[in-house]
Amino acid sequence: MSTTPLRPHGWLLAAILLGLLLAAPRFLDPYQLSVLTLALWFAYVGQAWNLMMGFAGQLSLGHALYVGLGGYAAAALYVHFGVGPWFGMLLAVAVAAVVGAVIGALGFRFGVRGVYFALLTIAFAEFTRIAFDHWDWLGGSGGLFLPVVHEASNDLWTLRGEPALYYYVMLAMTVLALLLVSVLLRSRLGYYWLAVREDQDAAAAAGVNVFRTKLSAVVLSGAMTAPGGVIFAFMHNNLFPEEIFSMARSIEIIIPPIVGGLGTLFGPIVGAFILTPFGEAVSLALDQAGLSLPGLKQFLYGLALMVIIIWMPHGIWPWLARRLGLFGRPGHGGGGEKAP
Amino acid sequence: MLSGYGTADSADPVLSVTGLGLAYGDAIALTEASLTVLPGATTTVLGANGAGKTSLIRAIAGILTPRCGRVRFQGEDITGLPSHKICERGIGHVAEGRQIFGGLSVRENLDLGASLKRARRHRHDSLAYVLDLFPRLHERLTQTAGTLSGGEQQMLAIGRCLMARPSLILLDEPSQGLAPTLVRDLFAILARLKARNMPLVLVEQNVQASLALADHGYVLENGRVVLAGSAADLTDNMEIRRAYLGL
Repeated sequence: MSTTPLRPHGWLLAAILLGLLLAAPRFLDPYQLSVLTLALWFAYVGQAWNLMMGFAGQLSLGHALYVGLGGYAAAALYVHFGVGPWFGMLLAVAVAAVVGAVIGALGFRFGVRGVYFALLTIAFAEFTRIAFDHWDWLGGSGGLFLPVVHEASNDLWTLRGEPALYYYVMLAMTVLALLLVSVLLRSRLGYYWLAVREDQDAAAAAGVNVFRTKLSAVVLSGAMTAPGGVIFAFMHNNLFPEEIFSMARSIEIIIPPIVGGLGTLFGPIVGAFILTPFGEAVSLALDQAGLSLPGLKQFLYGLALMVIIIWMPHGIWPWLARRLGLFGRPGHGGGGEKAP
Repeated sequence: MLSGYGTADSADPVLSVTGLGLAYGDAIALTEASLTVLPGATTTVLGANGAGKTSLIRAIAGILTPRCGRVRFQGEDITGLPSHKICERGIGHVAEGRQIFGGLSVRENLDLGASLKRARRHRHDSLAYVLDLFPRLHERLTQTAGTLSGGEQQMLAIGRCLMARPSLILLDEPSQGLAPTLVRDLFAILARLKARNMPLVLVEQNVQASLALADHGYVLENGRVVLAGSAADLTDNMEIRRAYLGL
């Protein structure tokens, strides 16, 4: 209901794209593959953030918090107790869910709405960053390092191996996230999220428990984000509070879903697959041209964002989907295509 | 005329508000406001802008928490309950400015009206009932609600409220912003609801039309009830005529 079904050629297109993504490691060099892995990472985390903002209408500007908590939870278990990343992921999800519940309960119980709630999310991310800076057991500001092993052996169980391993793990997670969110959107809860996003007071008047509805969005979004942090930790083998909990990361996370199409299922994926390679291409082009002006990359990136937002105010995906005629009824379709 | 009406005065009230006080910080919005709604009766609340009409409705609906006073619905105290609980008890609220879910389809809006367990069971019957009352919505089921005309949006707001199967409906200025012909249509619909024995509490600027529909009326001034009585008495009251009817 809230997601308009794809037309047959839309499914065909999706199948072809998925096939290409599955075959990609055969054709790409390690660098290109790492760019694509990064794009998948942003697509995944963007999907988690979009669940909260795009569907339930609750703005989080501190999603780096859940990435960091997830990363640190799994890494600490691995470094200190030798517990593998998949068990670590369980702890990561639990920690992020609890923290999300605390933030949501605090904010929503006291009627903190809109941008004020967003400020609360920033505050929590910042507090946590400062706390982790001083937590010696987790390396403090000096960082937490995971033992590096030879890339020759691929071990899915311990997530140690060559770039293709991380690529496939991220691909699987992105597809799973897409399926999970699309199922949630078809559920009663998904309806409630949209109702609260559209008009919180009207939703309450229609009998929706607004507090619980908003809380569930924060908890689920935080819990979904944490595994992204786990993969980040095991891919990069290091974690620094300054970096993983940074405001800059929180912003980086929210740009792909906004540019791709807020409140759409495919927006975060489309956004990430356009912006990440674009950012990399700009860096490369500037390097090759011998231009190393500080800030020039960010300037060009910002310029591109402005052009996209002016041209396609609802994001790239709704525009693209309409162009390609992917949905039965263009222009209509609740959570499927609509920006709030 | 429906049969139950003559005995309405002797029946227990559906809703009774007593001594309700409400303030926004230091600004007092309501002082000892009292109001009674009898079964099947339409009660209108009149008053100038800022008299406290919307505050009264919002306090009954649970959006605002009163400082003092009691709200009893069907014999039970519902003072201070959150709005989704009050909706569960059976009070429907059509808020000022038609709070529809603009980004969702008409059908989705109506489905959301039947969110409660009790309402969900009957949602097919409710939908049939609503679409019978508003054939216009039937034609527009798949359309995005934000693209409806003002009158259609008001119908949708009322329709969504009916989907919850309320036993009383609060309407806050439903005719606001509607063209005169649509206002007439709206009051015709309210008359149909009344004819089906639905108790209504109607806050309106359109004094003439609401007094014509209502059985009882209350006049608020600076958060106090300054006049109360049967709609016929209020219509005849010179003070009302001068202050609110402009006659």
